[in-house]
Parts: sequence; C-alpha cells; structure tokens
Amino acid sequence: MSTIVLDRTSRWYGNVVAANDVSMTIGPGITGLLGPNGAGKSTLIAMMGGFLAPSAGTVTLDGAPVWRHPDIYRSIGLVPETEAMYDMVTGWEFVLANARLHKVPDPEGWARIALETVEMTDAKERDIAGYSKGMKQRIKMATALVHDPAVLLLDEPFNGMDPRQRLHLMDLLRRLGGEGRTVLFSSHILEEVEEIADTIEVLVAGRHAASGDFRRIRRLMTERPHEYTISSSDNRRLAAALIADGCADTVHLAGADLEIKTMDYLRFVHALPRLARDHHVTLNEVSPADESLESVFSYLVAR
Amino acid sequence: MNAVVMQLTLRGLLGRRRAVLFVILPALLLLLAALVRWATGGLLSGTVGLTNEFALGALLPLMCLLIGTSVIGSEIDDGSIVYLLAKPVPRRTILFSKLVIAWAATVAFAVIPIIVAVEIAGDEGGELGLAYGVTALLGGLAYTAVFIALSVVTRNAVIVGLLYALVWETVLGGYVPGVRNVSVRQWALAVGEELLGNRARAVGVSSDVGVTAALVLLAVATAAAIVIAVRRLQTLRLNVGD
Repeated sequence: MSTIVLDRTSRWYGNVVAANDVSMTIGPGITGLLGPNGAGKSTLIAMMGGFLAPSAGTVTLDGAPVWRHPDIYRSIGLVPETEAMYDMVTGWEFVLANARLHKVPDPEGWARIALETVEMTDAKERDIAGYSKGMKQRIKMATALVHDPAVLLLDEPFNGMDPRQRLHLMDLLRRLGGEGRTVLFSSHILEEVEEIADTIEVLVAGRHAASGDFRRIRRLMTERPHEYTISSSDNRRLAAALIADGCADTVHLAGADLEIKTMDYLRFVHALPRLARDHHVTLNEVSPADESLESVFSYLVAR
Repeated sequence: MNAVVMQLTLRGLLGRRRAVLFVILPALLLLLAALVRWATGGLLSGTVGLTNEFALGALLPLMCLLIGTSVIGSEIDDGSIVYLLAKPVPRRTILFSKLVIAWAATVAFAVIPIIVAVEIAGDEGGELGLAYGVTALLGGLAYTAVFIALSVVTRNAVIVGLLYALVWETVLGGYVPGVRNVSVRQWALAVGEELLGNRARAVGVSSDVGVTAALVLLAVATAAAIVIAVRRLQTLRLNVGD
C-alpha cells in the first residue's frame, strides 16, 4: 500500500504556471485525474513520477521525496503518454529489458506474466515498429507492470484506443486497483473517469478544482448555472410560461432566440417540453451553451 | 555499467536508418584513399593531405556527432528515454553505459577506417598510421563525449555540433590562429606531431598546441563533458504534453 502526497505543489515554466498550489493525497485504489487539455495533468504526473522538480511545495511517495530519487522506481510503474519506444526490438525483448533494468529476481518469468496480463503473448515476437497504436499501448502497460509496482501512473492511457481495448484496460485497472495498488490515470473525458475511478481529482488551468467520488463530481457539475438557447414558434409565450413555472432563473429575449439560465437543470429539462406542449408552442431548437469540461469547471476555480 | 542499457543502445545505434552512414562515410574515405594512392603512387604528402583535410577535418567529427547524438539524443527527442530513466538505475550508470558503446562505435567506424585509409594511401613503415591512429583515437574519444553532452544539454545538438566541427574548427580555425588553440582536432594532432618527432614538420603534421597542454586539454574537455552530461541527465526534463 503506497500513498503519494502533493503538498502545496506548484510548477511554473517561466511566466506560465502549469500547476498552481495543488495539494492532494492519492492512496490505494483508482484515482482519475480529470481536466481539459492543457490543465496541467501531464505536469502533475511528471512531478509524481520524479521527472520534474516542483517549483514550490513537495511531492512525496510514502513520505520520501520523489525528485532525484531513482529508487522510487522500484515501487512506481509509469505509462508515459509519449508513443515512442525502442522500435527496433520485439515486444518480448523490450518488456524483458525493462524487467532486467528493474533487477527483478526472475526477469523472464515476470516479463511473461506482464505480457500475459496485457494479452500480448501472441504478438510478442514481432518488432514494436509494426505494432498498432493499441498494441503499443499494451506493451507500454506491460513495461510498467513488469516489476509488480505498488503505484501505477498512467498519462492519458485511453487515448487512441478502440472501444474493445478500452474495456480491456478498464478491467485491468479495476483489477489492479482492487489488489490494493495505487493507480492514477489522467483523462479529459468525464465518462471514462467516472466509469472506473474511486476518486476523481479535477484539475482546471493548473488548479485543483474539485475532489471526490463521481457522485460528488457529478453533483458539482449539475448544480451550477446552466445556459440554454432556445428558438420556438412563440418565444414570448414560452418565456412567460417558464417564468411562471419557476424552473428558469433568468429568461432573456434576444432577437429570434430565448436565452435561459437555470440553477436546477434537471427540473428545467423536464419542465421545458411539458410547458411547450401545454402552451402549444413548437420548440425549433434547444441548445445548451458551452458544455466543455473547461467551462463546466472554470466556475469552481473562480469561487 | 549496465548490460541492458548497453544492449538497447547498441540496437538503437545500429537499428536506425541513419546507421547506413556509419558504413557509407568510412567507405568514402577508403575510396578516396585508393584514389590518392593511384594518383600519387603512395607519396606521404598525398596521405597527409587526405588525412588532415578529410579524415580528421570532416569524417572524424561527423562520425562522432552521428554516434554521439544517436546513442542518446534521439531517445531524448522522442521521449523513449523515459523507459531507461524510470528505473532504479543511477543516471550515471546509464550515461556511462551509453558512452562505452559510443566510444566502441567511434573506434570501429572512425578510428580504424582512418588507420586503414592511411595505409592504403601510402605510409612509411606504419609511422603515419600509428601517429594518425592515436590522433584519431584521442580526438574521437573527446569529440564523442562532447557531442553526447551536447545531446543531453540541447535539442539542437546536431546543429550546434556541426557549427562547432565545421565552422569553428575548419573555417575559423583556417583563418584565425587563436581559434586553433581551442580545437579538439588541434589538440589531438599535437599528439600525432609528438609521435612523429623530427619528421613531423617534413611530412606536414603540425599543431599550434604543445603536446602537454594538448593532452591536459583533451582530458579536461572529455571529463567536463561527462560530468555535464551526467548532471543534466539527473535532472532531465522530459517533453511534457501540457
């Protein structure tokens, strides 16, 4: 059982702040690091993996700082985002080389187990250069598992995977997390994180925006002002009905469109079609405003 | 030293497409040596001209640059070095393992071809072969160490290396005498000059630097390059996506 602790960790590159005063504790089980592209997820993982010095604050693994301590790699398995590997060797040779570098007691045996775990035994004799993206991803996974690490750090592991590979990796991560390992993976897709992570850490613009299980994160995402743009056969009548019903907080007639803001979006989405039908208004278009992860969480940071 | 790192490095060095240059460039030198032999009938001046200008002036630094950047620069560029760094292996060991492979490749693909070329073009009792062999060996070891350090320090190692080897040593060194005091080639040549003794001036092997100073400078440059490379590798920042 291992725990990674970030204590008031910041990292900046010149004037650009990539991680801003982040404190979090990552323990056994699966943790999803969720955030839009450019939020600083890779920077955070690089610091946890000992590949980047924090500009301020500390990153520790079981109490020992990770920066400039290659010994931490005995207990850390790292799956980098970069696709490049040693293309000129076979999958088997590469995984075996990783096992030997980790100085495990039985490199052949452990390499075989790692390849079986990621289901790459059949293709192991082929050169890595000829592998598909998904196969490369699995070999990367095998190199990280080859020394049976207590901690697994995965940077965007689902990128470029087809649905079948995605399911397989999710099963594998669940199993590893269930065995009591500390598994951390990053993603910019909520559904992915929600599906397997026990804990979700949300990162927006370098700041730790939210933390909790998926129910809490869902709630944070839904209990916020939602904006919709509606066009209908009679905007004025619909506006009056919405105001009377109380499901919308503000209604704004803007030219041919109706702009709505609501705090209780579940109530609103249920009320809208009912009100339209009851008042004989035809809805032509209902479109939510910017629903990207960035905008969804930017209000959390602003608070 | 770590056998796995050495193995992977060797595979990377010989497995990439650019490895054909390790054969083509020395082959070109041997071909030129044969032409010189045919044209001059084995005159020492022909051998010295070819070796000074082409073998030591172009082939040796180019080969060392190719080797130095191939053993570590390409891995840093594409990020695959992470598989070596994320291991409980001291970074110092990783660098030494790569350096040993690079040095072996330097001897195989540059130093030995230069000796063979000298013998083909024309030698007297192996005298020139020995002098140029030692010159190429010392120069090669220093060049390779420096170019490895350059690969760890900057992503533009190839360009900086080319500027140093061709512009600084060859062009500027040709016009500005002072530049020759700060030149791996001149330091290495000083040793060759010493080995040839009295005959050095006559055959045209000469350096602007004294042999003692040259040996010290070669050793300092090589050692400094290794120290810098190890230190930089210990705090190497990988390409981070965001």
